[in-house]
Amino acid sequence: MSQYVRFLWRCFRISFVGGWRYHLWMLFLTAVALFGLNAYCKQLVHGLGVTGMTDQVSWGLYIANFTFLVGMAAAAVMLVIPVYIYRNKELHDLVIFGELLAVASIIMCLLFVTVDLGRPDRFTHLFRRFNFPFSMLTWDVIVLNGYLLLNLHITGYMIYCHYMRREPRRALFVIPFVFVAIVWAISIHTVTAFLYVGLGARPFWNSAIIAPRFLASAFSAGPAFLILTLQVIGRYTTYHVPRPALMTLRRIVVVALTINTFLLLSELFTEFYTDSQHVASATYLYFGLHGYTALVPWIWTAVALNTIALIMLYLPLARSLRFLNLACVMLIAGIWIEKGMGLIVPAFIPSPLGEIVEYVPTLNELLVCAGIWAFGLLLYTIFVRITVPVLSGRLTYDTDFDPETENHPIARGAPEGSVT
Amino acid sequence: MRLPILDTTSETSAGCCGGGDDASTDTCGCGRPTPGPAAPRRGVARRSFLRTATAVTGGLAAFGAALSPLREIDRETDDTFAGFFQKHYKEMTPEDKEAVFARIRERVRTQHGVDATIADPPPLDGVEFVYALNLSRCNGNRRCVHACVAENNQSRSPEMQYIRVIEMPNGTFNLEEGDHHYDDATVPKEGHFYLPVQCHQCSSPPCTKVCPVEATWQEPDGITVVDYDWCIGCRYCEAACPYWARRFNFTQPEIPSQEINPDMGYLSNRPRTKGVMEKCTFCLHRTRVGRMPACLEACPTGARKFGNVLDPNSDVSQILKNSRVFVLKEEVGTLPRFFYYFDERHPRTGADDQAAIPADLREVVT
Ligand code: SF4
Ligand code: SF4
Repeated sequence: MSQYVRFLWRCFRISFVGGWRYHLWMLFLTAVALFGLNAYCKQLVHGLGVTGMTDQVSWGLYIANFTFLVGMAAAAVMLVIPVYIYRNKELHDLVIFGELLAVASIIMCLLFVTVDLGRPDRFTHLFRRFNFPFSMLTWDVIVLNGYLLLNLHITGYMIYCHYMRREPRRALFVIPFVFVAIVWAISIHTVTAFLYVGLGARPFWNSAIIAPRFLASAFSAGPAFLILTLQVIGRYTTYHVPRPALMTLRRIVVVALTINTFLLLSELFTEFYTDSQHVASATYLYFGLHGYTALVPWIWTAVALNTIALIMLYLPLARSLRFLNLACVMLIAGIWIEKGMGLIVPAFIPSPLGEIVEYVPTLNELLVCAGIWAFGLLLYTIFVRITVPVLSGRLTYDTDFDPETENHPIARGAPEGSVT
Repeated sequence: MRLPILDTTSETSAGCCGGGDDASTDTCGCGRPTPGPAAPRRGVARRSFLRTATAVTGGLAAFGAALSPLREIDRETDDTFAGFFQKHYKEMTPEDKEAVFARIRERVRTQHGVDATIADPPPLDGVEFVYALNLSRCNGNRRCVHACVAENNQSRSPEMQYIRVIEMPNGTFNLEEGDHHYDDATVPKEGHFYLPVQCHQCSSPPCTKVCPVEATWQEPDGITVVDYDWCIGCRYCEAACPYWARRFNFTQPEIPSQEINPDMGYLSNRPRTKGVMEKCTFCLHRTRVGRMPACLEACPTGARKFGNVLDPNSDVSQILKNSRVFVLKEEVGTLPRFFYYFDERHPRTGADDQAAIPADLREVVT
């Protein structure tokens, strides 16, 4: 117990230690997170009227980001599956970064749902009267929190074992949880998709293809994000990120993005060839409706980004990291737009009574979103900051780890940081 | 397992941040003795301590500044603290209800200087309410809309309305063709009919199914209600309603005190706070005690009929039996209790009513 408390204390200490780049990055994230907090406080005082949401478009950027991040969280599993099922060696040591990403993403998800509530002070009502199993939202509460706990357990246990220089008891404390987490990752997606597809009132969502498309797009955006993150870790810490690992991830991205494109085309065909009244939302999204075109530039940007990224990934060019990274950035942006702007907002336009009210997020709303993202990245950075020295054996219970001078892990690329 | 305070041996062996007693060798400001020559490091220690202190102060100040808008929060109107231990409506005992109603009355008095009555009329046995609306008569004057706002203590700024009247061109039922913002001073407009929509009190309501906290449910007499003190404001029900019948309080509702309707029902028109959902309740504080809904009373054309469908002699039973009624969006399967019909011997169906026939078919027909 005492060891554990000390472990936590040292984790806390080390998260303040690093080179100037690290400090600058953390300072930046903290500042943005505080701006977000400030904006949220304003929202608490004045109500959700400070957002761009209306009775017509009653969910906006918060739920859009939530949806995207559920995808990110589930993507960790795309590292886990190759390692634990196909025994992929390269990825083995990197799995933990995927799981940590899942933890950070789920925390962001929960924050996005919370800021979307009109009366967050009443969240305890969830414990007192839980409409399970009828409301899909209750399912989501369960699967998201469950996934958070699973990943916290797996990562926490592994890191602590390394810290204590103890061999983790994999068969008992890791493997079973990992396999549960794999299924669970699929479930957080499916349940989140069901949240939308079960609504007969919204023909745009009311299609069985949404859940598979969710998985496909998440399994391309998530690993793409990991490709970028792992390179940052490889560059700014002493941790070794082997190139073949990145290439494995690249293959996953290619397959997932291809499937996603195929599903998207199937959906578009059904909508536009049938050309029934149900197509109104899709028409609004892609071409505009009765002169209202707010989403059109967004969605075509997304289409262009995804298409170019897909082509680039198929070319042998993408074996070069520079092109791979470019493709990943484009793809993440593309999927973010597609899932956020492209999936949530158009379902509300036109309204069930045929009224067209467009949605434009307000500055306050954007600040809250930026704040949550910054907070999530802050958490992830801290997780990585702790994990790297622990896994490489420099921060253990019996080492004398001086946080004031231990600047190497983050500051390898920053000679100014490593003073002593 | 040893307690951390007693565990001095492991402290020295580990040598980091455990609260050692030799404060003079503390270099990181956390009470941790650093092994090695202590003397040359004293300056470093002081500087490091100052730096930590500045950082902590700065951090706290920034945090406080970020939280500062919270000073404006109005705990009274939001009812955060008093409402925290309040039970769900269905779990309240009669005494609980008394206490809650008293609190609401008190709040109305302090905010508006009005003595309100908070009633809680129960659903009546053998009663199921149904609405029938004659589209041949409705002329789009929107009296119902405004009577509803006045009756149900809806926010006036921004004004919230439960009833939406849509001006539809003859010859189509495609809602997208409708005009929601027509000018009601010049109604009825030639070649148009008017379609009022409010909560249809569905028999199979998707809105109650999706609510994560059961803050909204269907009563035995068919009225779907919201416990405004239980709703967490997730707006899932609003997304689930196919008739766009739910309204959310995006801001604190504002009603001039002289316009408050003091005849209140807990589940219907008592004042709401920001951040909760509300909707038409067929004026249950009136209809459950034998009165008609406010929208019906306000309608000058007699287009609205309301009553108990289980009573074979009621207006609505007769209409359902004898007229060709229909519901909106039957395909979504929510089984509304709100029916529309047209007068059957109306000139609109006669041969001279060209406007009833879509323009591109007119030639074919005549
Ligand atoms: S019309 Fe909408 S709010 Fe009313 S009962 Fe049906 S689904 Fe619920
Ligand atoms: S907004 Fe309120 S009534 Fe509607 S689903 Fe959420 S908690 Fe239930």
